[in-house]
Amino acid sequence: MADTVLRVDRLGKQYRIGQVHGPRTLREELVDLARAPFRRPRSAQDGTVWALRDVSFEIGRGEVVGIIGGNGAGKSTLLKILSRIVAPTEGWAEIEGRIGSLLEAGTGFHSELTGRENVYMSGAILGMRKAEINRKFDAIVAFADIGPFLDTPVKRYSSGMQVRLAFAVAAHLEPEVLIVDEVLAVGDAEFQKKCLGRMADVSRSDGRTVLFVSHNMDAVQRLCARSILLERGRTVAAGPTAGVVAQYLAHTGGPSSAGTWIDLSGVERTGTGVARAVRARYWTELDPAGGRPYPDGPLTIGLGIQASARCTIASLAVTLYDLQGTKLVNADTIAVGRTLRLEPGEHEVTLRIPELHLNPGVYVMGFWLAGPLDAIHDFVLTGFELEVVALQSPGLGRPPTDDGMVTCRLELLDVD
Amino acid sequence: MITTIRPPKGWAPLDLREYVGAHELLYFLVLRNLKVRYKQTVLGAAWALLQPLLTMVLFSLIFGRLARLGSDGLPYPVFALAALVPWTYFANALTQAGNSLVDQHQLLTKVYFPRLLLPLAAVIAGLVDLAIAFVLLLVVLAWYGITPSPRLLAVPAFALLAATSALAPGIWLAALNVRYRDVRYVIPFLVQIWLFATPVAYSSGLVPARWRVLYHLNPMAGVVEGFRWMVAPHALAQGDGLLVAVAVVATWLTAGLYFFRRMEHSFADVV
Repeated sequence: MADTVLRVDRLGKQYRIGQVHGPRTLREELVDLARAPFRRPRSAQDGTVWALRDVSFEIGRGEVVGIIGGNGAGKSTLLKILSRIVAPTEGWAEIEGRIGSLLEAGTGFHSELTGRENVYMSGAILGMRKAEINRKFDAIVAFADIGPFLDTPVKRYSSGMQVRLAFAVAAHLEPEVLIVDEVLAVGDAEFQKKCLGRMADVSRSDGRTVLFVSHNMDAVQRLCARSILLERGRTVAAGPTAGVVAQYLAHTGGPSSAGTWIDLSGVERTGTGVARAVRARYWTELDPAGGRPYPDGPLTIGLGIQASARCTIASLAVTLYDLQGTKLVNADTIAVGRTLRLEPGEHEVTLRIPELHLNPGVYVMGFWLAGPLDAIHDFVLTGFELEVVALQSPGLGRPPTDDGMVTCRLELLDVD
Repeated sequence: MITTIRPPKGWAPLDLREYVGAHELLYFLVLRNLKVRYKQTVLGAAWALLQPLLTMVLFSLIFGRLARLGSDGLPYPVFALAALVPWTYFANALTQAGNSLVDQHQLLTKVYFPRLLLPLAAVIAGLVDLAIAFVLLLVVLAWYGITPSPRLLAVPAFALLAATSALAPGIWLAALNVRYRDVRYVIPFLVQIWLFATPVAYSSGLVPARWRVLYHLNPMAGVVEGFRWMVAPHALAQGDGLLVAVAVVATWLTAGLYFFRRMEHSFADVV
């Protein structure tokens, strides 16, 4: 690459297991020493994990690159190494120019200090000079839109205001390389939009390089031309964002992965047990999300039923609960008016919800099998979790943050 | 400017380039220390006066009146306060420096900046309290009709010695505290023992001459003697004690900087 500003070469970070559990006390250390006085304490051999291993890439000037991956994939570790917060165990990285990192909103904020004081404090900690903060102060305050509360202690701010002020400071950092982690997950929709716009500006007009980590696939797709997918500390894909995101959605399954049979024999259930749901799988026929359901898309469910005697199922239902336990969907064959006659043995039933009107999120699927005379054969409240994933919103709109559970088509007809 | 990130390699001196331009951040950290402390306490800056003043009263009653300890020809309250002004500063600065990294762990894990600035800011912020307490000392001197001597102009030098005396163990404790949280409980105990090893309540004249060099391995002994020398018209200069104090502080500080540098890579991992 002609104009490389960030070069990462076989970077790796090893953690001792237990180090994750925080500091040790002197007593533990002394006990270890007494037990094995000649062994080097903290030897690298026992109980270590690689949070990141063998990661290499290069980023050119003005590029915006997304880092995606599930929990524990090593995204944060990578950003922390590049931000120089933690040291790598092996490999090296080279960065040209000033590095600014934004791993949380409000680094350096103190709730007792006023908005004005915090702007200076946070700006200085993030690497701005005092003269620079002076120069940008008005722009920061305008961006944050906190108006008359500038000289009020931040502890009296609403959480939205705190986040706005915090991000406003960060948005005015002018490093050559900006490292951003998940900060967009907070704040109201309007402000998020402003931040995304600001980040796009920063790279396009100012030629700054941005490394962006997010779980929000929509944001990653809008901002980043190129992305890197990490899985268990290693790079599994790198390239144009659309392909990498598709691979992420297809491979790094969320709560359960689409298409494969999920064993239900061990889940909690009630009922006579004459007929039991023993395994299930789900998928979407159209495959833009790697088989996982998406808002307003179809959902097909395959259900393996074990019958111990001949029986009739008058009501076969699929339920979806949210994680707070609100029942959102009860799709029941009783509404269709069909009954199933089952001989002893295993059967497979395929059901389909043509349009699943649920917003992105994690839901719990359960099953219900009942006979014609109110005999409940099987009732599984929590079968497994499934994730409804976000696809890019139509018309380049973006999903509101405080979205409800249920999707609803909306048309804008007139503007007077 | 190219930043290279590599695995840390053993013992190395502090990278001074990192501290170029860091004085602004240091200034803000000191300011933050002061503002937060004064905003969160009801009496605010008055604590800087009350702490040495009340201790002076207490010491005067117990050690001056009851135990009748000698006070080098000074009124006992003046004798005690001259020592309590640097001692109170030292004890607070050491405690706060020792806890500085752990207390601000949310900064360590979220942003990079030269880590040494945290204990340094704690020690510097305390100097404001020291200045306030020093004014109190001048007032008490006037109250007892003691004419301030030009020796008082030496106060910056002794304040610097007190500050570095707190910083040297402060950075050791701060770095150890990140890994061993026992340190938080060790610090008050250490300060208490240190108080007895320092001529705050008693005169260093009580220490037998052959133990004097050993006694001055505690740099605060030199600092306290210096403060008494500044206010007592006839006190003798303790040059040899001061030299030992400076040498001890310089040694501990240099070793501490190496130690800190060695430990700082892992702060964010273990804090």
